Amino acid sequence: MTTATARWAGRYEMVIGLEVHVQLKTATKIFCRCSADFGAPPNRNTCPVCLGLPGALPVLNDHAVELALRAALALGCEVQATSVFARKNYFYPDLPKGYQISQFDRPIALRGSVTIGTRPDGSPIVIGVTRLHMEEDAGKSIHDRFPGATAVDLNRAGVPLVEIVSEPELRGSAEADAYLRSLKQIMEYVGVSDVNMEEGSLRVDANISTRPVGDTSLGTKTEIKNLNSFSGVVRALEAEYARQCALRDAGERIAQQTMLWDADAGVVRPARSKEASHDYRYFPDPDLPPLILPLERIDRVRREMPELPAARRARYANAFADLTPYDVDVLTAQPALGDYFEQVARQSGDPKAAANWMLGEVLAALNSTHQSIAHFTVRPADLASLLRMVHDGTVSRTAAKQIFARMVVTGDPPSTIAEREGLRQISDDGTLARWVDEVLAENPKEAARFLAGETRLIGVLVGQVMKKSRGVADPKRVNQMLAARAGKESGSPKVAE
Amino acid sequence: MAVSLEDVRHVATLARLGLSDDRARALVAELNTILEHMDVLSKVETDGIEPVAGIGAAGTPLRPDSGPPDSLAHPIDAFAPRTADGFFLVPRLSTHEDPEEA
Amino acid sequence: MSNAADWSAAELRDAIARGELDPRDAARAALDRATAVGAGREGLNILLYQDDDCTERCRAVEYSVRDGTAGALAGVPVVVKDNIATTRLPTSCGSRILEGYVSPYAATAVARLEAAGAVVVAKSNMDEFAMGSSTENSAFGPARNPVAPDRVPGGSSGGSAAAVASGIVRIALGSETGGSVRQPAAFCGVVGVKPTYGRVSRYGLVAFASSLDQIGVFGRDVNDAATALRTIAGLDPRDSTSAADPVPDYPAAARGSLVGVVIGRPREYFPADLDPRIRTQCDRVLDAMRALGAEIRDVSLPHTGLAIQVYYIIAPAEASSNLARFDGVRYGLRIEGDGLRGMYEATRSRGFGPEVTRRILLGTYVLSAGYYDAYYRKAQQVRALIAGDFSKVFASGVHLLFTPTTPTPAFELGAKSDPYDMYLSDIFTCTANLAGVPAMSLPIGRVDGLPVGGQFIAPHFDERQMFVAAYALERALGAEAHR
Repeated sequence: MTTATARWAGRYEMVIGLEVHVQLKTATKIFCRCSADFGAPPNRNTCPVCLGLPGALPVLNDHAVELALRAALALGCEVQATSVFARKNYFYPDLPKGYQISQFDRPIALRGSVTIGTRPDGSPIVIGVTRLHMEEDAGKSIHDRFPGATAVDLNRAGVPLVEIVSEPELRGSAEADAYLRSLKQIMEYVGVSDVNMEEGSLRVDANISTRPVGDTSLGTKTEIKNLNSFSGVVRALEAEYARQCALRDAGERIAQQTMLWDADAGVVRPARSKEASHDYRYFPDPDLPPLILPLERIDRVRREMPELPAARRARYANAFADLTPYDVDVLTAQPALGDYFEQVARQSGDPKAAANWMLGEVLAALNSTHQSIAHFTVRPADLASLLRMVHDGTVSRTAAKQIFARMVVTGDPPSTIAEREGLRQISDDGTLARWVDEVLAENPKEAARFLAGETRLIGVLVGQVMKKSRGVADPKRVNQMLAARAGKESGSPKVAE
Repeated sequence: MAVSLEDVRHVATLARLGLSDDRARALVAELNTILEHMDVLSKVETDGIEPVAGIGAAGTPLRPDSGPPDSLAHPIDAFAPRTADGFFLVPRLSTHEDPEEA
Repeated sequence: MSNAADWSAAELRDAIARGELDPRDAARAALDRATAVGAGREGLNILLYQDDDCTERCRAVEYSVRDGTAGALAGVPVVVKDNIATTRLPTSCGSRILEGYVSPYAATAVARLEAAGAVVVAKSNMDEFAMGSSTENSAFGPARNPVAPDRVPGGSSGGSAAAVASGIVRIALGSETGGSVRQPAAFCGVVGVKPTYGRVSRYGLVAFASSLDQIGVFGRDVNDAATALRTIAGLDPRDSTSAADPVPDYPAAARGSLVGVVIGRPREYFPADLDPRIRTQCDRVLDAMRALGAEIRDVSLPHTGLAIQVYYIIAPAEASSNLARFDGVRYGLRIEGDGLRGMYEATRSRGFGPEVTRRILLGTYVLSAGYYDAYYRKAQQVRALIAGDFSKVFASGVHLLFTPTTPTPAFELGAKSDPYDMYLSDIFTCTANLAGVPAMSLPIGRVDGLPVGGQFIAPHFDERQMFVAAYALERALGAEAHR
């Protein structure tokens, strides 16, 4: 709740349902064999089918069905043995056939849910998913490139989507945000989509209504389109909530209409629209017989389902007792991050150290170098061996951080860097004794006091040795040697590492 | 269920067909004459009858997720009314135009 | 047999495969015949576009002859309806909105004909977007019946039927939605086959009503038609509604016997007001088949009387959606107007003729909010009843049905000005499209010098049975079929 909307919070409740379009990660389009890749020159990825040429016909992509099934099952939906593709008829220059092929009254999946968090009493907040259906994407219209003309690129036309429709159960923009994050996370986990908002592989329409707090009936809803970032969703919902509340306070009627979010101006505006114009004349697409899914296939997809975020969180909490709930949340935020962590933990044999490194150095490095974990220059095996080097004293912790910084840049294994940069820890007594001798000679006053029994000075002297060695002396051993010089057998010397 | 002039206008808008007033009025009569013949269907008992939707009991065939796409014997410029830099060009519409209203 | 244009498709093919006839001469003979009969716009107006330079195609045929790989239609000239995609000649669907449009890909049926060596010499005139029963609705002017030029050739595939009837080619492709091959075949006195829905790929057939559309073939005789269908039939991975059922060797299979074949005579197709001369012709055919060993059985298809109504809801509804792609954006006609909306409306209202406009509006209306259940859904339910009639009668031991193809012979140009009156021309043919079953028309005689067609209807994917009966009947009737 922003300050602008806080004034209504006590009186009006926000009721939100979200329609989320998720682009499925297939090699080719849903009804033709064109590449579904993003970023090709205009109309390069087109053929008779997705250009809507006279006489061309659609043939359904098996992998799109597979991914839709996986998405549906990941949301706990009931997959329908028979579903039907329909035509949604309307005119728009980037809709080549004059209709969009989309499942309508018989979608592939019904009735699922998304858990978006826990209430203060520990009970989960579960948002119902009404339906999940398959459809084709439209092309792209570009309005600002040619004077007086709109340019149409059909590369995206026919890219496979699933639309996930939630129940109107979200109360407020924070829940909407949490729902979107959970949904995105699930889609990433099961590998059905890149869920990249910049490339448009996840798009959101929001239905929002308001009602007096305590009221249980639903108010008139408006639909906000054109939402292409999570923060945009939150801001648009807040803006529309404020608009509706102001109308309510003024005693005015809220019209059922489509609104467009203008991110630059930070306002929602009504789309140009005449009443009764939304008549899509849906009917079953006669070019596509019903999609029939054998039970065996549904069962197989369920069996092969990758681990879901909730399951992974539970597993980490169980397996790694040292991790805080926050650690677990961060490590499981993206599936690739968790995968990376698990490899480092397993190969280093030290899950706690692996977690610390992930939450500290690794995330910082990803941030500062703008890398994704999937393409991180540091391989998990290399980070694991660095951890082992620290563990067995081959390098110091300080040196390890320097080595890691070099690994991020070069991608080289840690041993190579340690060797090349002279960062390997030195433990041989001959070299260490010479440095100790030199430090005692160079600091006669401290040396005298130390040898006379002022044991607390050991820290200063170890520090001098470390400095002399440029960080590679084994501090434990240096400590022991100095303690021996002082002839102090009793007490445990303070270790300065 | 007689068709009115307003109905014809509405349907013509949905279908993006420009109609002169004379033509629209003539179509009211033509469509009503045709639809009168259809009234007989309303008297047919069809309770519990599944409408025909899609042929093929085995369901729609599925194709593998691989290319290559069918190539075009003539490039887009050879058949498109107006193109530039590989785009199809149409008269400008506002970015805030509701797709259904275009 | 001096004129190649008089040879059957099989004779032509064999002569070319033996190297006795140059495929160029075969193509030339077809085009010469077209000129001789006045097939162009000033004459019968049955051909819209001709390929006067088939050199490249003919050279490919020659190579295949040399290699000994000559196909089943090597060098056979064919005519293709203007709504089936070809990459050399335009595909304009008899419409202004696609005038001059040359498809960048070929229909599967055309690709298969060409793979068998056929040479596409022309695209034929048709009712705009196949909406019509007379070929008067062409944007490029009405076609005329070569048998009686004051009469229509039927439609919508009137140009293809007339091209075969006038001896230009032995084989032509047409398309069916409610009788658009069988009805013109009957009017022009040639053989016309509508295969089972799904038997021939629709890929490249410009859609009118997708759940009814099917590419069909015309032949001068049954063997020509059987040869053509065998070439184009079979599963196509580009059409989700095409069927995998094996395709028999129709020309060979047609040489079967009628002994023991049960032929149903559905009473609904012989109403009291049927032209008595057509009834007489049909009775003569039934007698002839009885004489050949067939058993004739009276049967009933009780929902037949609802077929036209069902058809004229479903077909326009699907058409209203199928024709939305003609919007001036990517291909075909564009007429600028006030902004994008103005461009759409100007392009579509000037690009489509009156009948197409009428059907788009009718179809949009029956699909629109509040009317869907009363019209479209209801029609699809009654359609199920009509299909059920056929299933029941075929399940009762009847192998084939025989009916007249049309209630009247070819009518005069301009005779049917009322749209619904014109729609009734499809009354005996649209049932097979609604049920998806195969059907064919063949000449059975003449009335006042005008051809009369008899129709066989068979169970799904049993075109073979239909060809057996048609072939036997063709031989039994001999020259009487054209008298």
